[in-house]
Parts: sequence; structure tokens; C-alpha cells
Amino acid sequence: MSQFAINIMFVGGSFLIYILIAVWAKAGSTKDFYVAGGGVHPITNGMAIGADWMSAASFISMAGIIAASGYASSAYLMGWTGGYVLLAMLLAPYLRKFGKFTVPEFIGDRFYSKKARLVAVICLIVASLTYVIGQMAGAGVAFSRFLEVDSTTGLMIAAVVIFIYSVLGGMKGITYTQVAQYCVLIVAYTIPAVFISFQLTGNPIPALGLFSTHIDSGMPILDKLNQVITDVGFSEYSADVDSHLNMVLFTLTLMIGTAGLPHVIIRFFTVPKVADARWSAGWALVFIALLYLTAPAVASMARLNLMTTVYPDGTAAEPIRYEDRPQWVKEWEVTGLIKYVDKNEDGRIQMYNDGSDEAAQAFQPQAEARGWEGNELDVNRDIIVLANPEIANLPGWVIGLIAAGGLAAALSTAAGLLLAISSAISHDLIKGSINPGITDKGELLAARISMAVAIVVATYLGANPPGFAAQVVALAFGIAAASLFPALMMGIFSKRINNTGAIAGMLSGLVFTLSYIFVYKGWFFIPGTANLADTPANWVFGISPLSIGAIGALVNFAVAFVVANATEEPPVEIQELVESVRYPRGAGQAQDH
Amino acid sequence: MSGHSYDAEKYWKANLRLIFGSLIVWALVSYGFGIVLRPMLSGIPIGGTDLGFWFAQQGSILTFIALIFHYAWRMNRLDKQFGVDEE
Repeated sequence: MSQFAINIMFVGGSFLIYILIAVWAKAGSTKDFYVAGGGVHPITNGMAIGADWMSAASFISMAGIIAASGYASSAYLMGWTGGYVLLAMLLAPYLRKFGKFTVPEFIGDRFYSKKARLVAVICLIVASLTYVIGQMAGAGVAFSRFLEVDSTTGLMIAAVVIFIYSVLGGMKGITYTQVAQYCVLIVAYTIPAVFISFQLTGNPIPALGLFSTHIDSGMPILDKLNQVITDVGFSEYSADVDSHLNMVLFTLTLMIGTAGLPHVIIRFFTVPKVADARWSAGWALVFIALLYLTAPAVASMARLNLMTTVYPDGTAAEPIRYEDRPQWVKEWEVTGLIKYVDKNEDGRIQMYNDGSDEAAQAFQPQAEARGWEGNELDVNRDIIVLANPEIANLPGWVIGLIAAGGLAAALSTAAGLLLAISSAISHDLIKGSINPGITDKGELLAARISMAVAIVVATYLGANPPGFAAQVVALAFGIAAASLFPALMMGIFSKRINNTGAIAGMLSGLVFTLSYIFVYKGWFFIPGTANLADTPANWVFGISPLSIGAIGALVNFAVAFVVANATEEPPVEIQELVESVRYPRGAGQAQDH
Repeated sequence: MSGHSYDAEKYWKANLRLIFGSLIVWALVSYGFGIVLRPMLSGIPIGGTDLGFWFAQQGSILTFIALIFHYAWRMNRLDKQFGVDEE
């Protein structure tokens, strides 16, 4: 059977499962559509959160980023997991007790203000829309590589599949497809990693293999990797970063951003009890950790494999001849994700650091002495995971599995985000403001139409990505960290924060964070409008625009505190509402509204 | 739930203490051992690198899981103890 047929089988098979689940889990009421009827088991929900959370970025890109920069990218590993501690302790149980359908709804009720609700809706839509464009584009790329269609056609197929199960089943359909998608993506991610870890270290568990001995050299694998890459002018894999402050703030921004992202929070509304919300945060992190503990192993091992492919006789000897390159390099060259230019025309592949950093400068004389005239091989970071099975010479069905896994990661996250967007439109805007008298049936129809429109918009933007689509980390995490997370947390932990304080806090956190990002990345990401070049030398105290969300959150807290204390206390019934979300008893009744 | 009973307040204080303690550990393993204190831990080798590297790439994640389950378990006991658990 050809590789193409195998890929079709795996991807088609997984899609068939998702659609069957959708037909089985049709939503009958708004409660089904928004929160899957509120009866999801905490372990099931944990698995669904895992798929909801782990996007094309986690599945495809993260290992590549870590492979390229080693220790410095640990911020992603800690940041995208540590947020669950905050969710479990600071938000999820209380928001579950509140027992309604959306994140802006809590903000609107707690701060007794339609304006606050509207600010939350806008933050939610901007953050989620930025995020979903990347998922749609990622699905398009995965399709074009594995199913040999162009990426726009791939995008359309992805959109149709999401359409079927999310418009039909809402949160209920999404929950159970996410469980299936989690299984597909974790198996796909783990199998090649296990083989590679076993080949390199003899240890079949990648997370342990990372700290084991490299069989060929008898050295610890990270030592071996450090040695090989420093030999050709790269800085050490485990090298420390220049600014601890920036790494701390970046990690913190990712953590509180994770906790403040609405598509993750609403998943906690689907469990029956407050205690279940706490448990499902724990289970979610277990399921996420299965991938996140494997990712750094995949990263370092793939980088070492790549180095030994190019330098089969060691870095002191000549690199491989271009004509002797392995099959997988040839296949990825076709996609343009691996590029080779024979700069010194010796027919060999010189891959080394010819950049402008210190390590590269120190290596420059040596490169010249060897007759090297620049780095000749460009490897796109995203192929580290996708090409893993081919690099390790694994059978064709593993490649088919990776294709299905990458698509599962993209689709599951896209569906969760689209639900967050459509429920904000149908529940917060239509029922909350425009037509409060709408019947349950009418609202369900409105929710389905909003979902359909959101899918069309996301598909269009996925095919024609606007400038801001590349800024998911800055925009989505910055906004969630600086505006949504502090508002939610203060709403639960303070009885004193009133409507004026909360709105002032959210807006100042938002404006502060976005302005700092725009100064370096261009106003509204329009090219050429940046005031300063985006380099560490220009950053205030060395704080990157990606790390500013944490400071934005502090601004939000501070402004809200000062303004609230200068204006009158919230009314008694609001203080009672805060009181009630703090105690689990009675969560069941609270949901029937 | 009557709004301001003595027990309810004690329950909330116990919750806050538990959260505070958990977040200290949360910050210590990630921002502490994983980033700021890493140079101090560089003398402790672990499989080809140092303890700080391990905390940054794996140790903090494992600690986070333990923290959440510990919190959930303790809170369930508190819920029962103060009679605020769900039937």
C-alpha cells in the first residue's frame, strides 16, 4: 500500500469516528450546546481539556522550538502547564459554582455591568479568533503535506468536519470528539518518540531517555548534544538565558494567560460538581503532561539525529555529500521546509551557526579555515515532529498516525475556540443585550448560526491570514493575562472590587499591554508602524513584548484596587453572590436558570 | 448557606492558607529552581545536565500535578468538615 493510501486511511478513519460521535451526541437544549448538559465525568473532561488545550502549536511546533533553543524555551513547558495550578485553585471551582454558561456572563453579573460584560466579550473574541486562525492554517498545512491537496482545499475539508460536529452537537459533540482526538494525538506523538528514545538510549520512555546515556558515544545524551552543536558554533543546548527577569515574566504571562483563556475555562462548566472541577484540572494536567514530558525528549533527540545525519563521521570530519542525503530529506525538500544551497560548491552539506551571536562569531575563523562559506541547510522547525518517524526509519503507518494526530490537535482546539466565540455571541450579545426575551429554542438556533458564521470567518482568515495571526502568543496570552484573568480572580477573591474598578482595571491592563506590544511589533501589527526595533537592546528593562502580559495584569489589579476603593462598595446582593461562589454546596441548583 | 457564619469564614480562611502554601511551592519549583536559582543548583548533576534544567523541563510539571491533586484532596476534606460539600 502506498504511503498516500495509508495516510488517507488514518485521517479518513479518524474523521469518520468524529462524525459518528457528533451524530450520537446531538445537542437538544442550550445547556447541551453550551456546557454538554453539565454531566461530564471529571476524567473524561480532563481528557477533553487536554485536546482542547494542546493545539497545532503544542503538537507540531513546540518540540521544534525547544530543539532550536534548548533550555531557553523551557518557558513554554512551564508556562503552558503551570496555568492549570492557577485554574484549579483560583478560578475553576468558583466559576463552576457560579454555574452559568460563559466567561463574560460571570464578569457581567459579578460586576453588575453590561459594559464590563461587553469588554470581556471583545477580549474573548480577539484572543480566540487570533488563536483559531493558527489552528485552521495548521490543519491546512498538515493536509497539504500528507494528503497531497493544496492547503486551501485542506482547510475546507477541516472546516466541513468541524462544522458537522460542532454545529450539530455544540459542547456535547465537541467534548466527546475531543476525547477521541486526545487519544489519537497522544498515541501519534508517543509512538515515534518511544522508538527514537529506545534507538538512542536503550530507554523506551522518552522522558527518562532525555537524562540517559547515549548508546553510541557512552556519554549522557545532553552532554553529547551540547558537544556536537558547540563543535559547529551553536551555543550550548542547556545554556542559561541572558535575562532571568524576562524569562520569569514570559513564563508568568503564559501561566496566567493559560488560566484566563475562555475556551479552557468553559470546559470546567461541563462537570456536575465543584469538587469535579478541581479533579478535572488535575486530570487535565496529567493528560497534558504525557505530551509535555515527552516533548523536550523529542526535541533534543531529533536535534541530535539531525546533527548525526549531516555529520555521520563526527563534526571533525567532512559533512555528508548532498547526493548521499537520506530519503526523508529529499521528501521534505519538495515541500520547501528543508532548503539546501551549496554555497561553497563542494557538494557537501555544511550545517553550522553562521549567525551574529557570540558563539557564531567565535566559530567564524574555524569555519573559514575549513573552507565553509555559510550555513547551507535550512530546516524549518515545524518538521521536527512531523518528520520524526521518517528520521527514525519507522514504518509507513506511523507516518499516517502522525498526520491524523496533527489534525486531531488542530481540530480539537479549533472547535473549543469556536464554541467560546459562538457562545459569547449568542449568549452574551444576543440573549444578554439584543434580545433578552429569546426562547431556549431560539437561542439554540442563534448559537448554531453563530457557530456556522464563526467557522466561515475562521476558515477565510486561515486561508488569508492577516498580520496579527502570527502573534498568537503576544495577542491571545497577553490579552487573557492582562484583562480576563485579573477580572475573574478579583471577582472571586474580593468583595470590594466594584463595577467601575473592574472596568477601569481591565481597560488599563489591556491598553498598557497592547501598547507595549504595538510599539515593537507595529500598531495593530501593520508592517512599518513599529516605533522601536524588536530587539533586546530596545526593550524596557529587557522585557520582551511577549512577556509584558504579566505586568499588564499587575496594572489591572492595581488600577482596579485604587479605583474601587475610591468609589462606593458593590451592592449587598453582589457581595452575597461572591460569598455564594466560595462555597460548593448548592452547585446543582445554581445551574438551572 | 447563611452569608457570614463563623464556620463559613473559617472554611474560606483555610482555603486561602492552602492556596497560599501551594502557590509558594508552585513558584519555587518553576521560577525558583527552574530559572532564578538555577545557577545555585548547577553543582547538582542529573543525567548530563543540572538540577535546574530538569526542573525547568520536567520537574516543575510533575510538581504542578502533585499540587493540584493534593489541593483537590484537601479541599474535599475541608468541604465535608465544614459541611459545605455537595450532596
